[in-house]
Amino acid sequence: MTIARKEAITGWLFAAPWIVGFLLFTVGPMAFSLYASFTRYNIIAAPRWIGLDNYRNLFFNDPLFIKALENTFWMVLIRIPIVLLISLLLALLINNNYPGDKAFRTIVYLPNVLSGIAAIFLWQWILAPNGLLNTGLAALGIRGPAWFADPYWTKPGMVVMGLWWIGGNVLIYLSGLKGIPRELYDAAEIDGAVGMSRLRFITLPLLSPTIFFEVVTGIIAAFQIFTTAYILSGKDSPLGGPGQSMLFYVLYLYNRAFGKVGQGGFQMGYASAMAWVLFVIILVITLFQLWAARRWVYYESER
Amino acid sequence: MAQAVKPATAPKRARLPSAGFFGWSIPRWLGFLALIVVCVMFILPLLWMISTSLKDSSDLMNPSWIPSRLAFENYIDAFSFGMWPQWTFNTVVITVFSVVAVVVSSSMVAYSFARLRWPGRDTVFSLVLATMMLPGVVTLIPQFVLFARLPAFGFQDSRVWTNTFLPLTIPSLAGGAFYIFLLRQSMRSIPMELSEAAKMDGATELRTWWSIIMPMTRPTLAAVAIFQFQGAWQDFMGPLLYLQSEHLYTLQLGLRQFEAAAGGAPAWNWLMAASLMVMLPVLIVFMLLQRNFVEGISLSGMGGR
Repeated sequence: MTIARKEAITGWLFAAPWIVGFLLFTVGPMAFSLYASFTRYNIIAAPRWIGLDNYRNLFFNDPLFIKALENTFWMVLIRIPIVLLISLLLALLINNNYPGDKAFRTIVYLPNVLSGIAAIFLWQWILAPNGLLNTGLAALGIRGPAWFADPYWTKPGMVVMGLWWIGGNVLIYLSGLKGIPRELYDAAEIDGAVGMSRLRFITLPLLSPTIFFEVVTGIIAAFQIFTTAYILSGKDSPLGGPGQSMLFYVLYLYNRAFGKVGQGGFQMGYASAMAWVLFVIILVITLFQLWAARRWVYYESER
Repeated sequence: MAQAVKPATAPKRARLPSAGFFGWSIPRWLGFLALIVVCVMFILPLLWMISTSLKDSSDLMNPSWIPSRLAFENYIDAFSFGMWPQWTFNTVVITVFSVVAVVVSSSMVAYSFARLRWPGRDTVFSLVLATMMLPGVVTLIPQFVLFARLPAFGFQDSRVWTNTFLPLTIPSLAGGAFYIFLLRQSMRSIPMELSEAAKMDGATELRTWWSIIMPMTRPTLAAVAIFQFQGAWQDFMGPLLYLQSEHLYTLQLGLRQFEAAAGGAPAWNWLMAASLMVMLPVLIVFMLLQRNFVEGISLSGMGGR
């Protein structure tokens, strides 16, 4: 056996865990789920082919599906710009060589490691109608809303609590900021660029690949909000809390796939169709962003 | 953002307190104060949590930060709720297995992509990258269907994988796409001569990977381990889907029971005590290894470039 051939076999063997896992846990299931999306399937009986019925019902006969889409798009369109803007401002603030900037970085990132439902309970308590935040607002003379008890304030409440988790975004911005060569700022200073114009003509263009990365991954994550909405919905109403205002896409999908039978649950075929629609939505949005990126994202190779 | 930009031109000097710590401009001082205020706001929720967890029930609606009496019994109540020790044990078993499995297999796969030549390698690696963009929801249902069919041969008294730890642990053996990507990056920076020298000495690839490359990528391995630890310890959806019997619950599911047990209005003092106990291991690991966390997440930003 030649050395190259031996190395090829070793290579495949070393990569085998991922390849086997990919076929078994990703490719196989995806193929099955595509098939299941054209069937009526309750996991116990064999799937029954119904053609495009699931997809047709989703878009034309299911007001809850439309509601879930609206709620999800609300989060994508409102939360992501807010999070990305605030975390950018915070990163710019930290990136000033203040004494103790490592400590600031650590404190801002700390909440990000607390992702479980313990942290969700904490925020449910802080945003209770007579909770810490409203007490604080009252001290400023503002009457706070009932947050997660009021259908108009559930999603804003989720945006507020989400601000506690912007540390990851901040750190990614900071690593992007570190990558901007100092000389560019020095050169700009000679040309008389200060303050806003430095931000506009140097920092933001050179940070655009990082911003792009955060937008793409942020949107993918926002489309898949589940645990927070599930917990905040409470045990008795699996369908998204007051006025179904927190019925997000994946929560509704969960209800259809794993909810109680009488409440539309265990419709695996229907839920699979939902999964594929979400996949296509995310794919289209991501491809659109890749296309749009050529207009606004600055890559160093173009220099 | 004038204050954000101006001082950056003198970074070296600003670090030394003697060279003008008090010579800061007013915007620079304002920025520093703003940063301190923001950091305090990030810490306050945790302090509020500790404060609430030590209040007794009658004290709960009192907005004071200092409990009128330190009700440590909340922690004992939380610990004696349900099958708390069993749930802790389950969480530890699942977390430890999935961390060890994901670290070893991701490293092995990354070694293949970074340091071995084989036909189809680059195609397979681009598939790895593609799965990073794949929304997990797409495989959620069919995986459930699969695990409801795979035989468990009586493991944890179950015929199939559902209602056992298997769906929460075995998939980690395939490694994680993002981890493979990170480890491949750091393995590529190790000179190839090192592997060649090892081969001259008669080391097999398995040995080169385990005894030379693994120790040299320790910081990245640590980052992978703590990300997986944090994810597995706090995973809610997985246990929610796959664990039905109470004695198999993880702490996340137990915590959910805790909330439900209180009936209408949750007993926030007990709930906060229980939540803090669940968070504590993650907090401790973060305190000990925060540098790895911070570097790991910075690397993930590089992934997008």
